Parts: sequence; C-alpha cells; structure tokens
Amino acid sequence: MVPLSAYVAVSAVLFITGLLGVLIRRNFIIVLMSVEIMLNAANINLVAFSHYLDSMAGQLVALFIIAIAAGEAAVGLAIIIVVFRGKISTNVDEMNLLKW
Amino acid sequence: MALVFFAYFALVSIAAGVLTVALKHPVHCGLALLALLLHVSGLFILLNAEFLWAVQVVVYAGAILVLYLFVLMLLNLKTDERYFHSSFLYFLAPASLGSLYVLFLLFKSPFKGAKGDAPITAVLQEGDTYAVGIKMFSDYLLQFEIVGVFLLGAIIGAIVLAKTPKAIDDAGER
Repeated sequence: MVPLSAYVAVSAVLFITGLLGVLIRRNFIIVLMSVEIMLNAANINLVAFSHYLDSMAGQLVALFIIAIAAGEAAVGLAIIIVVFRGKISTNVDEMNLLKW
Repeated sequence: MALVFFAYFALVSIAAGVLTVALKHPVHCGLALLALLLHVSGLFILLNAEFLWAVQVVVYAGAILVLYLFVLMLLNLKTDERYFHSSFLYFLAPASLGSLYVLFLLFKSPFKGAKGDAPITAVLQEGDTYAVGIKMFSDYLLQFEIVGVFLLGAIIGAIVLAKTPKAIDDAGER
C-alpha cells in the first residue's frame, strides 16, 4: 500500500517544477505549459486525499479544475496569437505595454 | 505490485515535468508535457479514479495538448537564443531548498483527517463513474452549471480575441 505522503510528495515536486518553469522560462507558451503542470500537481493532491479519506469531493473538484484548465488554455493561446500578430515575439520580457 | 506501478508513474511524471521546463525547443516541451499528462492519468488509476483517468486522457492529452501543439506549429517559433530568465540561477537554489523543506514536512505529517461518506468498497461496488455522476448532479449541481457558463464565456472570449481584425488601421506596423 502506497502511503498518502508519497502522493503528496510527488505532487509537491511537480508543483515546484511548474512554479520554477513559470519563473525562469521566457516563452509565453511554455509558461502556460508550466501552469498546466501546476494544475496537474493540484489534481494529484486532490484525488489522493479523496481516495485516502473516503470522500468523493476531491475527484469532483479535480474535474472542475480540468474544465477550467481547458478554458484557460483556450483564452491564453488566443491572447498569444493576438500578441504574436502585433509583435512577432512570444517572449514575455517584450510584452511590456502595460508596464510603466 | 501497486508500489512498482506507483514508482514508475511518479518517477516518469517528475522527469517529464522537469523536461517540460528544461527543454529548449517548444515542440519538445509539448511532447514532454504529453508524457507527464499520461503518467499522471496512470496515478489516477492507482487511486481508483477511472472516470478522472478517462477525462484526463480525453480532455488534457487529447484536446488541450493538441491546442498547444496547434498554436506552436501555427506560430512557427524559432528557438530564442536566450530562453531562460537572465538571473535564473538565483531562483534555483531557493527553489531546491524550499522543495526539500516542503518534502521534509510532508513526510513527517501523518495526514489523518475526518473520513468522508464514500468508502472505497462502496464506490467499487457501483463503479467510480456512477459515484462521480451521482455526486456531481446532486451536491455539486450549482458548480457544474457555473463551469458550463464559464466554458461558454471562454469560448466566446477566445473567438473574439483570435478573430482577424476587419480593417487594417493606418498605424499598423506591417
């Protein structure tokens, strides 16, 4: 029997990997992919607790997270296309129109 | 046996996550993300969440990842010469220290909590999909509807954003 803390550890490592990706990568699409990694880490956590604590709630929240990730990907990629059309770059350092 | 499968899925998903962040070419990153998603779905199987496994494979690996790859191919990116943050080495040490501390805390905790009302034997009697459906359309109906409206808004927003502008204004760069 795999202990619950093993699942939580995998989830923590994946979450930190994704967070590091958001912080250090400069390509907008890969930043979005890192966000997907973090959402998956949260999903592992929710499903593991749902299994070990005999509750259905975690799996349902994980389902809602997947739906919201789909919406996030669609809107984020549309924003990337709009930015790319104007600036021919997906580097997040060059998107500074709203900075002052 | 479950331990072997857990070790395989966990190690490969962590390796794929690191590759997603570390690889240089965006398409390779997308393929590493595909490996990550499929192995995370394997973890869901180990946790008796078959419906979530199916949703993960169909929606994540089938739809979201194809969307990412489609946009990558559409934009035809060349790899940037400078693809990390300029001072990313300063992030690495705090991140590894913080993750070690978090892991230490996690392995120390017993994770005892109040048990819910869906024990595994009862769920396996009818199947996980049945249990998820009963729960979703009774207790979580409002959240379900909210997610539906949210997805509709996301679709409309994506179409409006990605639509080609009708007239090229005189200040256009091209």
